[in-house]
Amino acid sequence: MAPLLRVSKLQTHYFSFGGSRVVKAVDGVSFTLREGETIGLVGESGCGKTTTCLSIVGLLPSAARIVGGSVEFAGEELTQKRPREMRRIRGRQIAMILQDPMASLNPLFSIYTQVAEPAYYHRAIRGRSLRQRVAELLRAVRIPSPATRMREYPHQMSGGMRQRVVGAIAMAGGPKLIIADEPTTNLDVTIQAQYLEVLKDIQQESGIALIFVTHNLGIVAKMCDRMAVMYAGQIVEQGPVRHLFRDAKHPYTQALLGSVPKLGSKEPLFAIPGQPPNLAYLPTGCAFHPRCPNAMSRCAAQEPENALIAANWTAKCWLLDGQTEERYVSAVA
Amino acid sequence: MSAPLLELDDLKKYFPVSTGALWRRKTGSVKAVDGVDLAIYPGETLGLIGESGCGKTTTSKLILLQEPPTGGNIRYEGENISGLEGRALMRYRREVQVVFQDPYSSLSPRMRVGDIIAEPLEIHTSLTRAARAQRVAEVLELVGLQPEVARLFPHEFSGGQRQRIAIARALATDTRLIVLDEPVSALDVSIRAQIMNQLEHLQETLGVSYLFIGHDLATVAHISDRIAVMYLGQIVELADSLELCARPLHPYTQALFTAALPSHPDQRHEKLKITGEVPSALDPPAGCRFHTRCPHAMPRCACEAPVRKEVAARHRVACHLY
Amino acid sequence: MTTTDEIATAAAAAPAPAAAEYFTRRGGGLRFVRELPLLPLAILVPFILIAILANLIAPYDPTEPIPGAKIFEPPFWMPGGSMHALLGTDFQARDVLSRLIFGARVSLIVGMMGTIVAGSLGTALGILSGYLGGWVDQLIMRVTDAWLALPALVFAIFLATVVGPSMWNIVIILGLVYWTRYTRVIRGEVLSLREREFVKLAEIAGGSRRRIILRHILPNVMNSTMVLASLTIGVVIIAEASLSFLGIGVPAPQPAWGSMLSDGRSMLMVGDWWLTVFPGLCILLVVLATQLLGDWLRVRLDPQLRNM
Repeated sequence: MAPLLRVSKLQTHYFSFGGSRVVKAVDGVSFTLREGETIGLVGESGCGKTTTCLSIVGLLPSAARIVGGSVEFAGEELTQKRPREMRRIRGRQIAMILQDPMASLNPLFSIYTQVAEPAYYHRAIRGRSLRQRVAELLRAVRIPSPATRMREYPHQMSGGMRQRVVGAIAMAGGPKLIIADEPTTNLDVTIQAQYLEVLKDIQQESGIALIFVTHNLGIVAKMCDRMAVMYAGQIVEQGPVRHLFRDAKHPYTQALLGSVPKLGSKEPLFAIPGQPPNLAYLPTGCAFHPRCPNAMSRCAAQEPENALIAANWTAKCWLLDGQTEERYVSAVA
Repeated sequence: MSAPLLELDDLKKYFPVSTGALWRRKTGSVKAVDGVDLAIYPGETLGLIGESGCGKTTTSKLILLQEPPTGGNIRYEGENISGLEGRALMRYRREVQVVFQDPYSSLSPRMRVGDIIAEPLEIHTSLTRAARAQRVAEVLELVGLQPEVARLFPHEFSGGQRQRIAIARALATDTRLIVLDEPVSALDVSIRAQIMNQLEHLQETLGVSYLFIGHDLATVAHISDRIAVMYLGQIVELADSLELCARPLHPYTQALFTAALPSHPDQRHEKLKITGEVPSALDPPAGCRFHTRCPHAMPRCACEAPVRKEVAARHRVACHLY
Repeated sequence: MTTTDEIATAAAAAPAPAAAEYFTRRGGGLRFVRELPLLPLAILVPFILIAILANLIAPYDPTEPIPGAKIFEPPFWMPGGSMHALLGTDFQARDVLSRLIFGARVSLIVGMMGTIVAGSLGTALGILSGYLGGWVDQLIMRVTDAWLALPALVFAIFLATVVGPSMWNIVIILGLVYWTRYTRVIRGEVLSLREREFVKLAEIAGGSRRRIILRHILPNVMNSTMVLASLTIGVVIIAEASLSFLGIGVPAPQPAWGSMLSDGRSMLMVGDWWLTVFPGLCILLVVLATQLLGDWLRVRLDPQLRNM
C-alpha cells in the first residue's frame, strides 16, 4: 500500500541579512508515514523538526523557502501547490496542533464557532448536523457536557481543556494526518497524561496518522510506533520505537536516551559534551562529530550515508558502514 | 543526624483577594502555602515537587525573604529569619542563594559575566578587585567554564552556559543553601544532564545543600536525597527519594507516578485514575484537599483534614488511608 | 520550539545592543558606514560643523550691519542683490547668512542641552518612581500629571518672563518643561524591569537599592532614554524657536532663527521673503533630521519602543 506521506530529501533554508546568511534548517530529510501510523519527530531546539512540519503544510515564514526535495501526500506533490490549493488541504487533509492553546484559540469566539469552522468550510456541514458534529468532536476529546460547554469561551476553560479543544478543531475537518508540535509542553504532568491518553484513543479509533514533534523521549515511548531523531537539520536515525529504545545505533540517539533520568534509578546521567550546533556554522562531515564519543577521523571529513540496519530502520553514521546485519530483520517481526 | 540547616515550621502564606471597584472589600484569601513543615539538612538535596498552583514557588519566595509569611516561621540554623536585620540579615543573604528557571532573564544583560558573578562578593565582602577576580576565576572553573569568559556578556552564551554562570554566581560567596527553582526545565535535553551532573558534583565537593524545585518527577527523583510532594499549599508526602519511588503512598503521589512518562515503550502502563483539574486555592476543598479527585476517597475525607503520620522510616504521609 | 527559536539559536542573536556597544563593536569598516542613516546625518553634520566653526565661516559679524550695505537687500540671484550679502540683509543691514550661521549655534546648543536637562531629570524621576513605588511613586506621578496638564509653551513663556531670558536660562526652562515625556515611559520600563529575574537576584543577594538602581536599572533604561531624547530634541528646538519668535528667547542682538522669523514677519507682506524663509527652512531641516535620526535609533536600539 502506498504511504500516506512521503517526504524525500527535503531541504528548507532560511535566508537572512539580505540573502547573505543561509541557515540550512532542514537539510535532506526523508521519511514516510502510512495511514494510521504515528511517528515521533524527536530533537532539541534548532534541529529542524518544526521547520520540517511547516514545510509539509506550506506555512513557512517569508524568510524560509523549500529549496529541494519533495513532499508527497496522498499521491500529490505538495511543494508544487499554489497557496489556494494548500489552503484546501490544510484543515481538511492535514491539521496541526500547536504548543500554546491560548495562542491557537481566538478569545473572541465561542468554542462552538471555532470547532465548527473547519467542518463548515471543509466538509460543508450546516445547521443541526453541524451542532451534532461539534458535540461529537467535543465528546471524542472527553470534554464533559459538550452541549453546554460549546457555548463557552476560551478564557473560561483551563489549559488542559483548551488543548483538547484545539484537538477537536484539528479533527473537525476530518483530516488524514495531524501534526502535533509539542502540544503538551505547557501542561502540568497529570493534565499532560490525561491529554495524551485522549489523543492516543482518538488516533486509534479514527485511524488518523500522527506526526508528534517533541524533545521528550517519554512522549514518544508512550505515543508513537516509529521515531525519527533529528540533529542539525537531518534525520540521524529512524525506525520502530522499540528498536531504538532497546538498541539505538546512532551515538546521538544513544546519548539522548542515556541522558534522561529514569524514575527510581540513581544511575549517573550520560551528559553529551558541548552544545547543539549553530545551524549557520555547521561543522564539516557529520554534524555530530565534535560531540560524539565514538568519532573517527572519517567523521570530520565526510558526511555519513544512510545505513540500513533492518527493514524501516536506518541511521546515518560511519560506525555502521557495511553493517546491515541480517539478524535484525527477524527481530523486527 | 545533624541539626537542620533550614526549617519551615507550619509555614503559611495567604494572599488577600479583594473585590469591588470603589470600596475594595477583602473577600477571601488565596491560601498559597497552608501549613508546611520541612527541614533541609547540610549537604543534602531536598526535592520539592508539585504541579502549578501547589505553592512551591511561593514557598521559595518565603525562604528567600521576598515575601513575609502570614503564619508559622522559617528558621535558619535555629534562628527565626523574619526578624533578621543588619549583619544577621546580610549573613543569611550571603549563605542562601537562588538559581532561577529562565537562563535568559536571570543575568543582567548589560553587565559582564565577571561582574555578575562578583556582585555578591562586592555586596558582602571587602575583597579587593584582584581578590574578587581570583574568586570569580575559581568559581568559573568549578562550574566547568573557562576563567577567560569573565569579560564576555551574557548574550554570547547558550542557555546551558548561562545556567552555569547563574550557578557560579550562587556559589561565589560561602553559600550553604541554594534554592534551585526548576533550573533545568528551560534547557535542552542534552544540556540538562550536563547541568544535573555538575550540580551533583558541586554538592559532593562543596557540601552545599539544595532545595530542588521541579515538576518532572524523574529529574527531581534523580538528584534529590529526599522528596516532598506538594498539593494545594500542603505537603502530602515526604520520604527518601528511592523509598518514594518504590512505595508511593499518597494517592496524589501515585497519580504523579502513573502520569509520569515511561522511559521505555514496553514499560507497563496503567491508566490514570484521577480526574478533573486542580481546584482553586481561593476555595480549597474541605477536609483533605485532594478528596475531590481521589480514587480512594472515603466520607471521612470530606470533613476531616488528615494529619501527617510517620508510616515507615523517614516516610511521612497525610492521608486517611493510613 | 518554534521556528523563531530555531533561527535565534542558529543566528546567535544578541538583544538590542547598548548604544555605545553598538558603535564600538560594529565600528570600523565599510559595514559600519553602510548601516548609518545617510539622510539625517547629511543634514545634521553640516549644521553641527557650521555651528562649531561659526566664527571662521561667517562672512560678517552677525550683530553689526554690513558696512556700505543697504537694508533689505535681496539674495544675490535676485535683482538688487549682490555677492557681498549672499542671502540678503535684514532691517538693520545685517548679513542674513551670518545670522543664520550663528543662529545654528543657539538652536543646536539649546536643543541639545535642553534635551540633556530634560532627559536627566525625567529619567531620574522615572527610575525613582518606578523602582521605589509607594508614596514616592504616587507623588512623582501626580506631579507629572499636573505638569503635563500645563500647556508646555505657555508655561515656558511664564518661566521666561519670570527669570528673564538668556541662553542658559532658556536651557533650564526647556529642561523643566519637557522632562515629563521621559518620566512616564521610563517608569513603565522600570516597572517591568523590576520584575525581571536578574533584578530579583540582586535583591536576594542583599544588594542595596542604590546599587540595584545604578548597576541594574539605569544601564537597561539608557537605550530608551537615548531614543526618547533623539525623538524629542526636535520639539525642544522648535520650542526655543517659538520663544525666540515671541521675543522672550535668546535676547537680541544675539541671532536666533526664531527671532529672525519674528523680525522678518512684517516684511512678508511686501515680498521680502528671504528674511523668513531661510530661517524657517533651517528649523525645518534640523528638526526633520533629528526626527529621522531618532527613528533610526529607535529601530536599532530598543525593541520595546519599536511600536511607538
